[in-house]
Amino acid sequence: MSAMNPSFSHRAKPLTLNDSAWVRYTLILISLLTIGLFLILPLATVLIAAFAKGWSTYSSSLAEPDALAAMRLTLLTAAITVPLTTVFGVSAAWAIARFEFKGKNLLITLIDLPFSVSPVIAGLIYVLIFGAQGWLGPWLSDHDIKIIFAVPGIVLATLFVTFPFVARELIPLMQEIGHEEEEAALSLGASGWQTFFKITVPNIKWGLLYGVLLCNARAMGEFGAVSVVSGHIRGLTNTLPLHVEVSYNEYDFVGAFASASLLAGLAVVTLVVKTFLEWKQKQDLKAARQAAAE
Amino acid sequence: MSISLSNISKQFGAFKALDNINLEIPEGELVALLGPSGCGKTTLLRIIAGLEQADQGDVFLKGNKVTDQPVKNRQIGFVFQHYVLFRHMTVFDNIAFGLRVKPRKQRPNETEIRDKVHSLLHLVQLDWLHDRFPDQLSGGQRQRIALARALAVEPSVLLLDEPFGALDASVRKDLRLWLRHLHHELNVTSIFVTHDQEEAMEVSSQIVVLNHGKIEQKGTPSEIYDQPQSDFVSRFIGQTNVFRIEDDDHDWLKSTGIIVDDPQGVVAHVRPHNISVEKTADPGNSPVYLKDWQHLGGTIRLELNRDGHNGSATTIYAEMPNEQFKDLALHKGDRVALRIKHAHWFN
Repeated sequence: MSAMNPSFSHRAKPLTLNDSAWVRYTLILISLLTIGLFLILPLATVLIAAFAKGWSTYSSSLAEPDALAAMRLTLLTAAITVPLTTVFGVSAAWAIARFEFKGKNLLITLIDLPFSVSPVIAGLIYVLIFGAQGWLGPWLSDHDIKIIFAVPGIVLATLFVTFPFVARELIPLMQEIGHEEEEAALSLGASGWQTFFKITVPNIKWGLLYGVLLCNARAMGEFGAVSVVSGHIRGLTNTLPLHVEVSYNEYDFVGAFASASLLAGLAVVTLVVKTFLEWKQKQDLKAARQAAAE
Repeated sequence: MSISLSNISKQFGAFKALDNINLEIPEGELVALLGPSGCGKTTLLRIIAGLEQADQGDVFLKGNKVTDQPVKNRQIGFVFQHYVLFRHMTVFDNIAFGLRVKPRKQRPNETEIRDKVHSLLHLVQLDWLHDRFPDQLSGGQRQRIALARALAVEPSVLLLDEPFGALDASVRKDLRLWLRHLHHELNVTSIFVTHDQEEAMEVSSQIVVLNHGKIEQKGTPSEIYDQPQSDFVSRFIGQTNVFRIEDDDHDWLKSTGIIVDDPQGVVAHVRPHNISVEKTADPGNSPVYLKDWQHLGGTIRLELNRDGHNGSATTIYAEMPNEQFKDLALHKGDRVALRIKHAHWFN
């Protein structure tokens, strides 16, 4: 337990840099300009375009049935995928941090797969499996089950792209914390579930929330994979990101940017909460390391 | 028998951690599992607790076979080396944990829990810490809270894994005596693991010496010290001088009193207090001189060097009371004569 990752415990002192003032200022300026030009400016443009025709047009374009349907579908997708991803993430992290088994490294690699595959491919995979021409297509149509161009396909595609988030957050955290506290709880007569909810969850809660937050942001914002399986049926299979594209293509700029502003708002909220959770999580990790070092 | 182990073996890959352990521990004993690191003592403790499964063999607690029972059904109290208090709970909640997770029918109500926790806090003399969090406590306090937490569920067996290993020397000394007294008061059968022979001698009523996954010897501290049954036990418990009869100077050994004409073994182990040191009448003929000495409280440890002999016991340690050393009025470099009063023989 006390063997810690040296890169964490003995962080090297920053090098004393003797770069001249203008080098420093140029570098800082370049960073600021880049962020301003490519991040702040577009975000501002979204808001400006959304409110170009005033508040009432903005609010009425959001109150439009298709926009509302897109919001509902987005929330539904997140409401289904986030809990599933959380359950998967906790079980995978538990298995990897607690047990030694063959294929453990393969599992860790596979968990990262969605990060390295283009989301469009992820969507296409599901079309190939469940689509009308796909492996299971005939069987599904015989039994009148719709997956592609329907909500189940959207949920599946979103699941594919989001399932690493919670697991990747928890694996290093649970490895660091170790399982002695859980052993102590068991020795005191606690059942497996009691141990999980009273000991494990409190210890990993900030990391877990962090993973859930990132997963939620991705679930609501995913475009590529969902676009392939959705079929863009207005009011039925459009999520918010798809609704933005469809509205834009139909020259409904205010509608497109109004919906985009919601997604941008979600991003800002996510960023703020994320910063808070990161800080909390760091404190937890520090405490875990301290406990391990003693 | 409160704890009984039969034919316990455990293997980690190619490494044999425990090799056919049989052990009976009577009710109410305070037993030390003593051995060097890697001897299997912690593994054995964890197998008794159910935190580890033996590859073969059975564990009986109070006559019941518990080999296949999970930890939570074994009614044991386990105290971890690094205390392992629940970080996110106060001291009070830590101690109350075992009571609060009981099935609803056996669970005491909150008033009973409060009384119990406070009586335990009183027992470990830390009443005033009930609302602190573990990271606000010192090591010694944490260890006592960990003990109180384990005692809350009224275990039939108390298991302690290197309970003093992570503490400062002075705190460790206090806690050892305290644990012994506590055991006297509660009389719950207890096993503690240690690699420190002094600690084992001081605290326990029985010592089990383990080496390479096997029991070398079991007995009271004085039996272990005075009648070591193996070369390993003799070396591991206390200090000992080793004389290899075959390749030693027989004339000199005879002069010290070890019988060489009819030796009872190949190797003679001699405790420092079994060597008496005298000024020699014939300094030219004695190969031994006083190199240095250390004060160990009431006794003096003499470090004696032996000329021209490589192999067995080139540095010999002897111990004698302070006054006796003063009377001898020895100086560094003085030649001395040795008399060996008692030796343990091994093959």
